[in-house]
Amino acid sequence: MTDSPAPTVAVSTPIARKPINWLPFMPWIYTIALFAIWELGVQLSGLPHTILPAPSRVFQAIIQYWPAIQRHSIQTLYTTSLGFILAVVGGLALGLLVGWSRTIYAGLYPIMVGFNAIPKVALVPILVIWFGIGTVPAVLTAFLIAFFPIVVNVATGLATIEPETEDVLRALGAKKMDIMLKVGIPRSMPYFFGSLKVAITLAFVGSVISETVAANSGLGYMMSAAQSQFNVPLVFAGLVMLAVEGIVMYALMAWIEKRTTGWAHRSTTMAG
Amino acid sequence: MTKPLVAIDQVDMRYGGPDGTLAVAGLNMVVEKGEFAAVVGPSGCGKSTLMKLVTGLHIPQSGLVTVAGTHVTKPVSIVGMAFQNPTMLPWRTTLDNILLPLEIVERHRHRLRRHKAEYVAKAEALLDTVGLKGFGSKFPWQLSGGMQQRANLCRALIHEPELLMLDEPFGALDAFTREELWQVIRDLHAAQGVTIVLVTHDLREAAFLADTIHVMSARPGRVLNVHRVPFARPRQLELMYEPAFNDLVHSLRAEIADARAVA
Repeated sequence: MTDSPAPTVAVSTPIARKPINWLPFMPWIYTIALFAIWELGVQLSGLPHTILPAPSRVFQAIIQYWPAIQRHSIQTLYTTSLGFILAVVGGLALGLLVGWSRTIYAGLYPIMVGFNAIPKVALVPILVIWFGIGTVPAVLTAFLIAFFPIVVNVATGLATIEPETEDVLRALGAKKMDIMLKVGIPRSMPYFFGSLKVAITLAFVGSVISETVAANSGLGYMMSAAQSQFNVPLVFAGLVMLAVEGIVMYALMAWIEKRTTGWAHRSTTMAG
Repeated sequence: MTKPLVAIDQVDMRYGGPDGTLAVAGLNMVVEKGEFAAVVGPSGCGKSTLMKLVTGLHIPQSGLVTVAGTHVTKPVSIVGMAFQNPTMLPWRTTLDNILLPLEIVERHRHRLRRHKAEYVAKAEALLDTVGLKGFGSKFPWQLSGGMQQRANLCRALIHEPELLMLDEPFGALDAFTREELWQVIRDLHAAQGVTIVLVTHDLREAAFLADTIHVMSARPGRVLNVHRVPFARPRQLELMYEPAFNDLVHSLRAEIADARAVA
């Protein structure tokens, strides 16, 4: 009767449009939704903007104070990046050293754990005594806080070489150096690049802490100055800028990770 | 009579200092050049220790290990090794993985760059022999387990070792792939005249492939008995369904059961 297969075929052909892939838009949709809920919540509850400013008020502040915000943002980006680069160089070097020999590993590991347990904010006054306020303590705080995850990851990559691989190579007469160059270092690269994502966000924490306590520029300084003037929208503007910088740098690290160690992110569907 | 390629004479090997575990005690073993020797025994009988003694990764506390007429005191680079775990490096293509030993072995590492084409041709030829022609440019993780194990064999053979040490190389494979690889190994042994020592749990594998089967005791390991496998070469898989073959496997099984019972 009516349920012959013919109409189904006829209908399905014109509908065969390409479905929209929503995945790339999801981060934007969620972010916009978050701001919308925030805006709506503030408007409905009638909270004064000295307690929680609505996003519209925050963006207004960003536009209003843009020259200052731009200057402080660049300063923070500069101290963070510099501290991060130092952490990469130092962390890679120390990680290779620690992963190289069991003796060094055993000796240094507890010291590093202890050092990492120290709240870095407690070190800022010492850095200020040594270097004065400003850029140097911010860079060093970023460095100190960011370098530990890099060391641990690189050392782990080196320390977890499969014993069989090592046996195969040693039986051929490979020296420690050969094994490190051919296996250890390439093997630890995914760990290293993976740790960069953690390290860059920590570097922001370090530099902003130091700027808040002891600096005349940078987003940390700007926010603490705005707070003392009850300019809450500007404080939030600083937070938004930090979040933006953090996301951009994280995305950059993720991109570098993907480019350099694609073999470690292999898709299982490619096998067989 | 030529000298044997591998001679192990009254070897004791103890791990972890004077009070440590005695892995092998009074171990004696002789493998002639070109021979295919299989080592079987209950688990924990020191088969892996045997591998490490012959390749010079471990130096025994007492007794003598001689490989190719030289007393072993350091790793011997005339040996190729393959383990159950293929341990291919995932950031290298299969071809580059196979060429890896050449970057290590003293004799080849200085020639490699200038004679690259020659070595690549050799690796391609080996890949062809094990049925992986054209897979050199693939990454190991794009290959199946059996294919990785084939590539692993190529890597063990690329520097033309006189001795190939195989530690349960087919243990993790399914039965059909294992049979295929038995034939690959059989053909490699026939074509290249390489001496092979195969450590295995699989008695049928040992009986199908080997010229001699060395039965080891439970820990501390030593060789209890050496069987000479009488079947003519080339052997076909059909051999495994003949009564003589099954009798051999059966008697091996009984011996290992006894060795376990004693322990």
